Amino acid sequence: MTSLVSHDAAPSAQPAHAPVGGRLVTVPFLIALAFVAIAGFILVQRFAHGIGAVSNLSDGYPWGIWVAIDVVIGSAFGCAGYVMALLVYILNRGEYHAMVRPAVMASLFGYGLAGAAVLVDLGRYWNFYHMMMPSYAQPNSVMLEVGLCVATYTIVLIIEFAPAFLERFGMDNARHKLSKVLFFFIALGVLLPTMHQSSLGTMMVILGHKLSPLWQTQMLPVFFLTSAVLMGFAIVVWESVLSALGFRRIMETAELARLSGLMVYTGLAFVVLRFVDLAVRGQLGAVFGAHGAVMFWVETLLMIGGIVMILPVASRRRGKALFVSSSLFLAGGIIYRLNVYIVGLIPAVGPWSYFPSLSEILITVGIFSLEVVLYLVFVKKLPVMHAVSTKHG
Amino acid sequence: MSVSRRNFLKRAVKGSAAAAAAACTTVAGSPQPANALQREPKPLAPEAVGLLYDSTLCIGCKACMSACKEANHMPQEVGPDQPWNDTRQWDTPVELSAKTLNVIKVFTDGNATQKDHEKDGFAFLKRQCLHCADPSCVSVCPVSAMTKDKTSGIVSHNPDACIGCRYCVLSCPFGVPKYDYNDAFGQIHKCQLCKHRLAENQLPGCADVCPTGATLFGRTPDLLAEAKRRTALKPGEYAHYPRGDINGTVGGARDGHEKRVEVAYQSHIYGERELGGTQCLSVSAVPFDKLNLPTNVPDYGYPTLSEGIQHTLYAGMVGPAAVLGGLVYLAHRNTKDQHDPD
Ligand code: SF4
Ligand code: SF4
Repeated sequence: MTSLVSHDAAPSAQPAHAPVGGRLVTVPFLIALAFVAIAGFILVQRFAHGIGAVSNLSDGYPWGIWVAIDVVIGSAFGCAGYVMALLVYILNRGEYHAMVRPAVMASLFGYGLAGAAVLVDLGRYWNFYHMMMPSYAQPNSVMLEVGLCVATYTIVLIIEFAPAFLERFGMDNARHKLSKVLFFFIALGVLLPTMHQSSLGTMMVILGHKLSPLWQTQMLPVFFLTSAVLMGFAIVVWESVLSALGFRRIMETAELARLSGLMVYTGLAFVVLRFVDLAVRGQLGAVFGAHGAVMFWVETLLMIGGIVMILPVASRRRGKALFVSSSLFLAGGIIYRLNVYIVGLIPAVGPWSYFPSLSEILITVGIFSLEVVLYLVFVKKLPVMHAVSTKHG
Repeated sequence: MSVSRRNFLKRAVKGSAAAAAAACTTVAGSPQPANALQREPKPLAPEAVGLLYDSTLCIGCKACMSACKEANHMPQEVGPDQPWNDTRQWDTPVELSAKTLNVIKVFTDGNATQKDHEKDGFAFLKRQCLHCADPSCVSVCPVSAMTKDKTSGIVSHNPDACIGCRYCVLSCPFGVPKYDYNDAFGQIHKCQLCKHRLAENQLPGCADVCPTGATLFGRTPDLLAEAKRRTALKPGEYAHYPRGDINGTVGGARDGHEKRVEVAYQSHIYGERELGGTQCLSVSAVPFDKLNLPTNVPDYGYPTLSEGIQHTLYAGMVGPAAVLGGLVYLAHRNTKDQHDPD
């Protein structure tokens, strides 16, 4: 089996990855493109008239869905590359090899577009480069750490994904050279998400009483890291099942079953830890009646649903069960992060309320649509997916 | 093979759950503030200055509000009840905003007839930046646009550095910094204690014009002593109340006045302990939760918690460097292994 890092495949051998091929301009592709265009139109307004012209953001809710969904949740979707690299290259589970490259690509989009969303959200975006300048750096800021870490990780992802490009355009020499040092970037690609995904949790610790006791804890970094790993597993499983159906490809059943085992244990650990943490903080009573209690249960039940669905080992070989379970875990992770960043927020000196405006939503939709467009282009034109004819598929 | 792996996983999950529970206990459960992941609280700046606001002295004239607008060149806030084409528009802010750095608010109850009474009464509160000893806004700012002066402790903002992330808006426990959402080039606004006026030995606009001394400028320790003197007063007693600068130096000496204490002060001095202390303090006859200030808060600043986590994990970047070393080793070994066709 060849891999992301391998080279020198014998000329006669099948390439490990191949473009899916097929027509690029399809109906879903055009719909996604239309949403991108709408978002572009709204963005003109945002930059001409200010954030208030298109969003419902306020000083009570200075961070809305652009931060919570596009960045905090979007980057968790991007954790597919992280968990797969962790499994394959650090824990030496070579059997998941085939899944690495699509996962890295998903991460690349997740992070790249989170970066784009940040530029939409920043009120003084023209000063953005100050984040990279040591003269402005404020080392106590969790956000500085997250920002620098995410920027570096995006570069690492590009390097990790480069072999697919080099392969496509026949630049074997460059690919060969890159493969010699790729291990270093793989290591970085595991370290950086560990740092910034946990720090996304630490970011909210400083809110103190402005975050509901259901979520406010110094364990936030642990929960964010766990939910990142969980969502990383879930997105790989989800995407594998879906692309097996969508592109009529053979499902990588054995690997998927094992992977979903890891997913279920991570989900279990998350839920158990949440309750242990509530108990230790003496906030178990908060689950009935504290600010955001309903959403706490939505989050928790989604997680439990995901666990129950594939707890029986046999169900981990059924595409449908895997699909439902990974969807539930994804939803649970999404809601958890939404709860910490928006629902659980108790703004100072109200009354404040927040629900995203249509324009705000359309910008987020546009950014995700861009992700879909790029995904379709990449999968169809670049050797990303594990070649179907390979036995291991 | 797969069975033993499953067992291994089960054990690993159980083990890590137990370890995590233990970690939970040390991190979140230990008696505050001796928390494993907490940094030392910051002391008051050596020359800390601030304001003492005495709600019982405030007559709600809002002279401080218009003085603030003038001193800081802030625009009018035209309320929605004023016709847009009325040429006699006037400033009617009801809360701090990107246009208003200082606001007098009123608490009312029942028929609101008696000043400084909780029942059927009313009481004023002045809202502005409290210039925290350990400010969240400074701790969160990624680009040092929010800074706390080393000597005066004044927390100020530099729009030329600011990237507009609004993390300071989100993190301030008192809801002070405000962003202008209706401006394509909006910026953060908050009280900076008129540092430009202090530099010229002038009082902050609000303290300069306050007719009753309800807003008093001074060094924070002096203001705290004054607050303690007042909260110990009994109703019916007469007391002397200074105006302007408590020491009579900034902005020149001014006369104080004698006044009878009508209603008993609350013993609580707001800002003495709250979240590590603030340089601006308040005293009142009505409990502070009625005045919409957060009262159920710890006496250490929240940055002690978040920075505690960060400083522990990233001290000198030794931890991350060591982890990276391990990861590089494993990745190197495993990518080599996996080159062999299996
Ligand atoms: S009151 Fe808010 S804005 Fe003022 S120093 Fe404290 S944290 Fe910063
Ligand atoms: S909005 Fe500006 S001042 Fe506030 S935290 Fe962000 S960069 Fe700093």
